[in-house]
Amino acid sequence: MSLLTPEIGLLFWMIVAFGVVFFVLAKFGFPIITQMVDERKKYIDESLEAAREANEKLAKIQEESAAMLKQAQEKQSQILAEAMEMRKQIVEKAETEATAAGQKIISEARQQIQAEKEDAIRDIRRQVGELSVQVAEKVLRQTLSTDKEQMAMIDRMLDELETK
Amino acid sequence: MNIRNKAWMSFLSMMLAVSMLLSPTAAMAQEGESHAEQEESSKIDMTSLILDHISDSYEWHFCGEGENAVAIPLPVFVYSKVRGEWFFFSFKHIEEAEHHHTTYEGFKLAEEGEANEGKIVELNPATGEWERPLDLSLTKNAVGLFLNSIILICIVMYCANWYKKKKPEDTAPKGFVGLIEMMVSMVYNDIIKANIPQHVQRYSGYLLCAFFFIFLTNLIGLIPGSANLTGNIAITCVLACCTFLFTNIGGNKEYWKEIFWADGMPTWLKPIMAVIEFFGLFTKPVALMIRLFANIMAGHAALLALIGVIFITAQIGAAINGIMTPLAVFFAIFLDCLELLVAFIQAYVFTMLSAVFIGLSVPKHHH
Repeated sequence: MSLLTPEIGLLFWMIVAFGVVFFVLAKFGFPIITQMVDERKKYIDESLEAAREANEKLAKIQEESAAMLKQAQEKQSQILAEAMEMRKQIVEKAETEATAAGQKIISEARQQIQAEKEDAIRDIRRQVGELSVQVAEKVLRQTLSTDKEQMAMIDRMLDELETK
Repeated sequence: MNIRNKAWMSFLSMMLAVSMLLSPTAAMAQEGESHAEQEESSKIDMTSLILDHISDSYEWHFCGEGENAVAIPLPVFVYSKVRGEWFFFSFKHIEEAEHHHTTYEGFKLAEEGEANEGKIVELNPATGEWERPLDLSLTKNAVGLFLNSIILICIVMYCANWYKKKKPEDTAPKGFVGLIEMMVSMVYNDIIKANIPQHVQRYSGYLLCAFFFIFLTNLIGLIPGSANLTGNIAITCVLACCTFLFTNIGGNKEYWKEIFWADGMPTWLKPIMAVIEFFGLFTKPVALMIRLFANIMAGHAALLALIGVIFITAQIGAAINGIMTPLAVFFAIFLDCLELLVAFIQAYVFTMLSAVFIGLSVPKHHH
């Protein structure tokens, strides 16, 4: 059973060879590789985390900008509505003012016309009065040329007064 | 469909070519020898052939037998206990001495049937017996071991140098370095971090070393002509001893208490359990040692036996040989693929179990 009994010589060389391999690789070989693998893994994890955060931030910014846009649109429409309202008000006011001014002018004109009309009527009355006085004077002068007639006239007038 | 057909055709033609190549040579080898000798020499002793291939030797043998053998004699390095001095010479001298049935510097190769067969022995005048000196020869396995170690160091240091020039922000490596990184992270994350999360840095060096050493050695062992290292018990013994040392030297108070005076058991059972656990300390690494050695050795033996089928059937007849050769080659290819899988699995299992044992020796939870 020489297969199952370890040879001293080979044991010795194996201890030497494996010892050297172990010393070299465990000190200068594998730590570099495993460290790098670990570091790269860490870096990838960090990068993924950063990317996730950036995505979140981006999504937030997009959300914000959308909200802002919406707000701006709302404001715009509000301002437009206000402007419309104001225009309407201004127009209405202008209309009412114009109407009022027109009315005033018309009424003033009417008053003036009235006053002038009254003046004219008064004038006419005065003239008619004067004319009728003159006419009456002439008529009276003509009719009341006699006393009898004058007396008859006075009586009639007195009668008229009495009946009044 | 077309491609598959082509693949089958090329596979079949390759099989035919292999069988045609092999059977005539076997036949010619038979014809070359005289009929009287033929009965003796052409009888193939499969057991010794397989054992020769999977065990260690003082020369690196590539092909050929006897006079035509192509082999590199390796340096012999022995300490004679009888004479109390070191000897250092090439195995070539021993071989030459063997031809002339003498010894070289008092050493010879123990012959078949003798104790220590195939090893260098010297005569102890006091007892009159051939005894083994302290043999530190650079045998095939020792040389293969150095070659593997150098290759392993080169591979890992090449990768480590690649990383030295890079920053963590750089892209991951591609190609060969990427392959090594994949395996390193597999062992590092799945085995080490999963089993010893509390002391990753302390043990990752050893476990990664063990994994890559076993994996690379298994793979190189599959190359025809290379040394069968992990199928040698001395190699697995040292590896298992390392695991034993790492498990027990790093073991904390809880671990030892758990072994010799476990909680949660009737008091009368505790001494018995202590004895069982104490033996368990040793059976675990021994199981590691035997598992790796037996798996690889058995794989090599099975592969050699399948190839041997070709030469055994060549003795029986050309017809049987013609049928059996493609079959044997087919199964040998299949087994080779299986051995590739085993090479990885055994490295993984050894590392995984070592990590589990070490993880148990440094418990993090207070029971």
